[in-house]
Amino acid sequence: MASVSVPEASIPGEIVEDPRRRTTLVKGGLGFHDVTETICGVVEGKSPRGWWILFGLSLALVGLFVVCVGYLIWSGIGVWGLMIPVAWGWAIVNFVWWVGIGHAGTLISAILFLFRQKWRTGINRFAEAMTIFAVICALIFPTIHVGRIWLIWFTLPIPNWQFIWPNFRSPLLWDVFAVGTYFAVSLMFWYTGLIPDLATLRDRAKGKLAPVLYGIFALGWRGSMRHWMNYEKAYLILAGLSTPLVLSVHSIVSFDFAVSVVPGWHTTIFPPYFVAGAIYSGFAMVMTLAVIARRVYGVGNLITVDHFDNMNKIMLVTGMMVGYAYGMEFFVSWYSGSPYEGFIFRARATGPYAWAYWTMITCNVLVPQIFWLRSMRRSIPVMFVASILINVGMWFERFVIVASSLAQDYLPANWGYYRPTWVDVGTFLGTLGIFFTFFLLFLRFLPMVAMAEVKGVMPEADPHREPAREGRVS
Amino acid sequence: MRAGKDVFGVIAEFETPRGLLHGAEAVRKAGYTEVDAHTPFPVHGLDRVLSIPGSKVPWLVLGGALFGGIGGLALQWWTAAIDYPIKIAGKPYLSLPAFVPVTFELTVLFSALAAVLGMLALNGLPRLYHPTFKHSTIHRATDDRFFLVIEARDPLYSSGETRALLESVGGRNIEEVEA
Repeated sequence: MASVSVPEASIPGEIVEDPRRRTTLVKGGLGFHDVTETICGVVEGKSPRGWWILFGLSLALVGLFVVCVGYLIWSGIGVWGLMIPVAWGWAIVNFVWWVGIGHAGTLISAILFLFRQKWRTGINRFAEAMTIFAVICALIFPTIHVGRIWLIWFTLPIPNWQFIWPNFRSPLLWDVFAVGTYFAVSLMFWYTGLIPDLATLRDRAKGKLAPVLYGIFALGWRGSMRHWMNYEKAYLILAGLSTPLVLSVHSIVSFDFAVSVVPGWHTTIFPPYFVAGAIYSGFAMVMTLAVIARRVYGVGNLITVDHFDNMNKIMLVTGMMVGYAYGMEFFVSWYSGSPYEGFIFRARATGPYAWAYWTMITCNVLVPQIFWLRSMRRSIPVMFVASILINVGMWFERFVIVASSLAQDYLPANWGYYRPTWVDVGTFLGTLGIFFTFFLLFLRFLPMVAMAEVKGVMPEADPHREPAREGRVS
Repeated sequence: MRAGKDVFGVIAEFETPRGLLHGAEAVRKAGYTEVDAHTPFPVHGLDRVLSIPGSKVPWLVLGGALFGGIGGLALQWWTAAIDYPIKIAGKPYLSLPAFVPVTFELTVLFSALAAVLGMLALNGLPRLYHPTFKHSTIHRATDDRFFLVIEARDPLYSSGETRALLESVGGRNIEEVEA
């Protein structure tokens, strides 16, 4: 058969948009050892000044969080802007927003793994870290929302002096199990991925404390082929488990709304719509963090513009799904013939919360359209600004759902308008501080790119590769 | 074998996955069975050369899944319908559709626990010390080098011959380590 000519990249590292050719994932002609050096260098070297500035700011926000939550627990949730008819405010908005952000990490680590998307190796480690920290922030909100937080253990089936058990028919209880399981499984998945890289750090560590600590957490990993067999199987199974899990988590979060009879909440489109939005906002957050980390730590050869290009395509797709859901909600509200449904959607677009609604439409539907252009998908300033706007938009999406539906429900006599207090704002900013504090500590002490996985997808890793084409192996 | 010390085996270093694979093939051809490799990432194809049996992790996960699923459903059924039945929203005590989410989540939770803990248990980890750590360049097994280990309990093992074989297939830094 005649050979088909395949276009060569004219510039080394240039992406070739030809499905018969794959661009290399690691740029700059790096070998295995260079990958180790690049990633471990970040952990072993001194923190850049930018790290300390961000860490200081984050810690200050953690302080604000402690003040706000301390005041909340001392006084009761009346210090928030909650008031009948709007009894769910920023706390629930923030909860849904944070859980959603976590979803991209699981998508990258599990779903892209099952689809054999090798480019995920560059970004999966810190996307998974982001998941864990986002879920921690998410779990805080329902916990403090219960008011008497010392009774939060009532949500678990623990025998108590009243002999009564949790109500397993309630979506709010499903949430406890869904988000709790999600946190536990994400943590296990992340840690399993970390074990070989912790062993790398252990084998390079100098000083007294570092070898001991990395040694303990590496669990004595020595890269034995027999261990890798069990490891790869366990990793594959965890990916297979996490995939339905991540879809279930935001579906169950959406049941908090969809199972109720509040107009604008009681819709069957909520589970897929929430999941698409979650992945959308999560990718935006990964993008924001990756752009910063890549620049601060000089890991541009491992987290390349090709990665960003792919992520922007996913954001474009999920952004369109979310846009479709916004449109479909309107259609169904009309098609259902329910006057309450019809009213609430007209009120969202033209009523007292129209400013929030149109902020949401602008950020979530219009902004990602720029990613149709290849030059925009590959422009780092553009994607950085877009990723932040998308997360603002996704926050407003949840705000519109929570506040507008409650503020104007069936009885006009009960209508109200929700305003947050400084405690609401401070608590939200505080969780941003918690998130970034954890994330900065992660960048400082743990490898931000999955070294073992990146090495495994490099062309040199193929044992059947011809020696003449053997890459640089120092 | 040196006097008074047990020998764990002999370890050779290879520069590339290709070199390791060829080395492993030659060693297996020579009839050695107690062979293992230490690599920075899983080298695919090596498991077949070393005839490492498939992982048992999936069976443990099945056990975890059954425990989580059956246990989760039983928990909800017993608490809601037997131990303290309460009529809520006119739903039956045994509201199976409403029990699906928690059953599913517990299935996933216990499956994942079984996968991770089972993987560690089958690997004999955590084990912070191992004889291979005595090799002078083994720290590169987590970086950029590929190691082949022939253990002394192999019936064909003999200090000199095994070493010579590894040398002939391109192994470097060949060292015998104590148990």
